[in-house]
Amino acid sequence: MTDQLLSLDALHRRRGARMVSFAGYAMPIQYADGIIAEHQWTRTHAGLFDVSHMGQLTLPLAADAALERLLPGEITGLAEGALRYSLLLNDNGGILDDLMVTRRADDLYLVVNGATKVADLAHLRAAGLAPVYRDDLALLALQGPAAVTALDGLVPGVAALRFMRAGGFDWDGVALWVSRSGYTGEDGFEVSLPAAAAEAFAEALLAQSEVRPVGLGARDSLRLEAGLPLYGHDLTPDTTPVEAGLSFAISKRRKTEGGFPGAALILAQLAEGASRRRVGLAIDGRQPVREGAAVIVDDEVAGLVTSGGFGPALGSPIAMAYVPAAAAADGTRLQVEVRGRRLDATVVPMPFFPKSYVREGAKP
Amino acid sequence: MTLYFTKDHEWVSVDGTSGTVGITDYAQGQLGDVVFVEVPAAGTTVTKGTAAAVVESVKAASDVYSPVSGAVTGANAALEAEPALVNTDPEGRGWFFTLTLSAPDELDGLMDEAAYKTFVASL
Repeated sequence: MTDQLLSLDALHRRRGARMVSFAGYAMPIQYADGIIAEHQWTRTHAGLFDVSHMGQLTLPLAADAALERLLPGEITGLAEGALRYSLLLNDNGGILDDLMVTRRADDLYLVVNGATKVADLAHLRAAGLAPVYRDDLALLALQGPAAVTALDGLVPGVAALRFMRAGGFDWDGVALWVSRSGYTGEDGFEVSLPAAAAEAFAEALLAQSEVRPVGLGARDSLRLEAGLPLYGHDLTPDTTPVEAGLSFAISKRRKTEGGFPGAALILAQLAEGASRRRVGLAIDGRQPVREGAAVIVDDEVAGLVTSGGFGPALGSPIAMAYVPAAAAADGTRLQVEVRGRRLDATVVPMPFFPKSYVREGAKP
Repeated sequence: MTLYFTKDHEWVSVDGTSGTVGITDYAQGQLGDVVFVEVPAAGTTVTKGTAAAVVESVKAASDVYSPVSGAVTGANAALEAEPALVNTDPEGRGWFFTLTLSAPDELDGLMDEAAYKTFVASL
């Protein structure tokens, strides 16, 4: 199958990107600076990510109650301009996808994963919903401590948004939908805009000295350090929100009312605890452990690494793994098997690297 | 001292039956930032074309194949503290291991520097 081209394809190539196939698209894995430099740039300045492979969908406002029956989040009571992180669930409480839902004045705006968007559309339609797939839109993320000044310089007013809030803005006659959100643990924004205007807007951002393009490679290492799970790896149809450590995504009202797929099982896990849990691992030494590595507890295979690599800002290897509840407490010592050798590791709290979100109530 | 190259982008520098093995500048460019290198212990026997070392970049682990067969005599201890030497000086201070060649005629099947440059240009 031939990869689809992003609307910023020419820009990526012009900027020296190495392109790889991902979720059906030709995507930049890194630019000339390399993953570590791009990672560190995002932690200290501002990185521009093209995430247009992700699915942008809209639903009528009246579909809020029907959408709620597919996920454990509060949607009917979601305030206008507010984002909610949620999870599409199967009847066993397994995670079909993780997504962002925003209530806007005229519709519900959903951002879903690129690799799952076709299945998500089918899932929504099978539930009687009529999603509109907005493949006429591009999606850019600007992340890092300098993101707010860089974006507010071009689009005055975005600095007033707080974490998980969004609004409509105008840039040079182009309608932007801007959310203060992201997937790096840094303060930053995600900007949805017409694909035809994306290149000019991206170039205007990149014209600022504090903004550099950042590829998928650093996006993965940044989200790993931030303790954020990656769908298809750390979250699958066989993991529940409680096992995944995402109980915060089950809204208060839904905890009492239920009414979402797998509610009986998930609410029982909430009350009694799940038998296994997603945890963070700090690996002794310098050798990275990767997805698929076995976790050894008391000399027996007890779990599995679902994401792992080197944390560039930490300077050490880190991983996410599913382990039995008895081995999930912070400070638990265990081992991870890599190529026949066992490396010592410790269960540590996530995020590995502290988050820098600008939350409601923060000073302007 | 003669330098030979493989199509898998390893090099071996040979002096008599002593060889030093590493990966090429092209290979390190493809791998990206190297964060860990696993080298074979002295005394290990390696076979031409089979995995002898592992190089880990931020994003993935990749096998390094031995260009020739032989007995490992030493490994580059500097890579433990500074794996990025593979990126900054791949054909110098970023070498992986030394060995005693057990079948020097295997070198006949490898490329010299000019042939390797032509090969890389064709990729």
